[in-house]
Amino acid sequence: MTQLTINIKEKSFSATGKAEKHIAIKDLFFEQAENGFTCIVGPSGCGKTTLLNIIAELDTQFTGEIKLKTQNSNVNATSYVFQTPRLLPWRTVQENIALATNEPETSAESKAAITHILSNLGLDKFVNSYPHHLSLGMQRRAALARAFSVTAHVLLMDEPFVSLDQPTARKARELLLKLWHEQPRSILFVTHDLSEAIELADRILFLSPAPSRIIADVTVDIQRSERAANNIAEFKDRLIQNNKQLEPLI
Amino acid sequence: MPRSSFLTSTLSLGALLLIWQLCALLASTPLLPEPAEVLVALFNEITRGELPHHLAITLYRLTVSFFIAMTIGSAVGIALGRSQKANAFFDNWLIIFLNIPALVTIILCYVWFGLIETAAILAVVVNKIPNVIVTLREGARNLDEDLVQMAKAYQFSRLKMLRHVILPQLYPYIMASARTGLALIWKIILVVELLGRSDGMGYQIHLFFQLFDVTSILVYTVAFIIVIQLIETAILKPLDTHSQRWK
Repeated sequence: MTQLTINIKEKSFSATGKAEKHIAIKDLFFEQAENGFTCIVGPSGCGKTTLLNIIAELDTQFTGEIKLKTQNSNVNATSYVFQTPRLLPWRTVQENIALATNEPETSAESKAAITHILSNLGLDKFVNSYPHHLSLGMQRRAALARAFSVTAHVLLMDEPFVSLDQPTARKARELLLKLWHEQPRSILFVTHDLSEAIELADRILFLSPAPSRIIADVTVDIQRSERAANNIAEFKDRLIQNNKQLEPLI
Repeated sequence: MPRSSFLTSTLSLGALLLIWQLCALLASTPLLPEPAEVLVALFNEITRGELPHHLAITLYRLTVSFFIAMTIGSAVGIALGRSQKANAFFDNWLIIFLNIPALVTIILCYVWFGLIETAAILAVVVNKIPNVIVTLREGARNLDEDLVQMAKAYQFSRLKMLRHVILPQLYPYIMASARTGLALIWKIILVVELLGRSDGMGYQIHLFFQLFDVTSILVYTVAFIIVIQLIETAILKPLDTHSQRWK
C-alpha cells in the first residue's frame, strides 16, 4: 500500500533585491490514492509546475511536508515528464532511458524492457537515434517512455502534450492510458485543458490563481470506455452548472 | 578531409612558402635563408639526432604542464561557474593572476624553487591555469538548467551527472581552451627553457641566437609547427568529429 500526502503550508518566491515576496502556494492539501490518475487543472501562472517540482523534491524551499508512505523503499519516489522533452541530445533514445533507470546499460533484461516500451509507443525503429533526428511528438513519446521505464511510485506529468497538434496529442493520450493500464501507478497530471483532464483522470483537482489552493475536488465518474467527445462535453457542462466558482477557470 | 578544402589549404601553404622564397631572394642575406636551405638543414638535424632529442624534451614538458593545467583549471572553472558565492570571492584573484606577466611567474618560480624541472613545469602551469578557468567558467555558467533538473529528478549520481550532462555541454569550451592552451604553453615553455634549463628547444634557440644562426632557429620552428599540425589532425580533429556525431 502506497500513499502520497501533500501538505504545503506556504511556498513563496522573493525576487532578488525586493523585500516583498510572491506567494505561489498557500495551504494546499490533498492525498493521492494508490494507482490513481489525478489531473490538476488551473489557470497559467498559478504554481502548477512549482507544485510538481516540490513533490519531485527539486524544490525544497517551502513550509509543509510531502509524505510518501510505502513498503518498498528501493524504488524511486517519483519520475517526471516535463513540459519539454528534456532528452540529452548527445545520447541516443536507448541511452537516455537507460541512464534514467539507473540500471547497467549492458544488461539484456533492461534493454528488452526498454525496447518493449518503445515499441508500445511506436518508437522501435528509433531506439538508436539521437533526439535531434526525431520530431517533437516523437521526442515527447521518448520522454514518456523514459518516465515509464523508471520504476517509481508516482509519475508526475507537467502538460506533457502541450504544443502537439490535435491528432498527435490524442494518440499520445491513448498511449499514456495504454501504458498506465499495463503498468499501473499513481499519476499526477498537470494541464490547463479541461477536456484533456476529463478524458484521462479519475479525479480532477482545480487550483485557484496564485496563491493557489484547491477550490474543487471532482471525481470523474464516466466509464473509461465511454469517454467520447460528446460525453466529455456533457460532463464539462454539468460540472460548470454545479460549481459556479469554477467558471472563470475554464 | 574533403578534396576542395585539402586543395585550399595546400594552396594557402604554397602561397606562404612563395612569399618566404621571394623575400629571401630579394634580401639575399644569410640572416634569411631560403625555404629549401631550411628543409635540407632540418633533414640533417634530424639524422644527427640533436633536434629529436630537444624536441622530445620540450614536448614532454608541454604534455605534462598541459594536462596539469587543464585538469586543475577545468575543475576550478566549473566550480566557479556553478557557485556565485565562490565566483564573487575569487574573481579578483583570477584577474590578478591573468595579468601577471609570464616572465614574472617564471623568474619567481626559479628564484623560489631553484633551477629545477619542477619549477619549470610549475611556471608554465601557473601561467596557463587562469585562462582555462575563465573559459570553463563561461561554459559552466551557460549550462542548460533544464537538463540538470531532469538529471536531479531521475536521481543521477554526481559522477553520472558530470559524465552525461555536464561534460558534453562543456566540450566546446574544453576544446577551445585546449587549442589556445597548446599555443600559449609552447610560447611560454621556450622562455622557461631559455632562462633556466640546459636542454629543450628554448635552450637550443638561445644558443643559435648567440651564434646568429637563423637557419637553425627556423629549422626548430618548422619542426615544432609540423608537430602541432600533427596533434591537430591526428588527435583534436578526430575528437571533434567523434563528439559531435549526434548533431
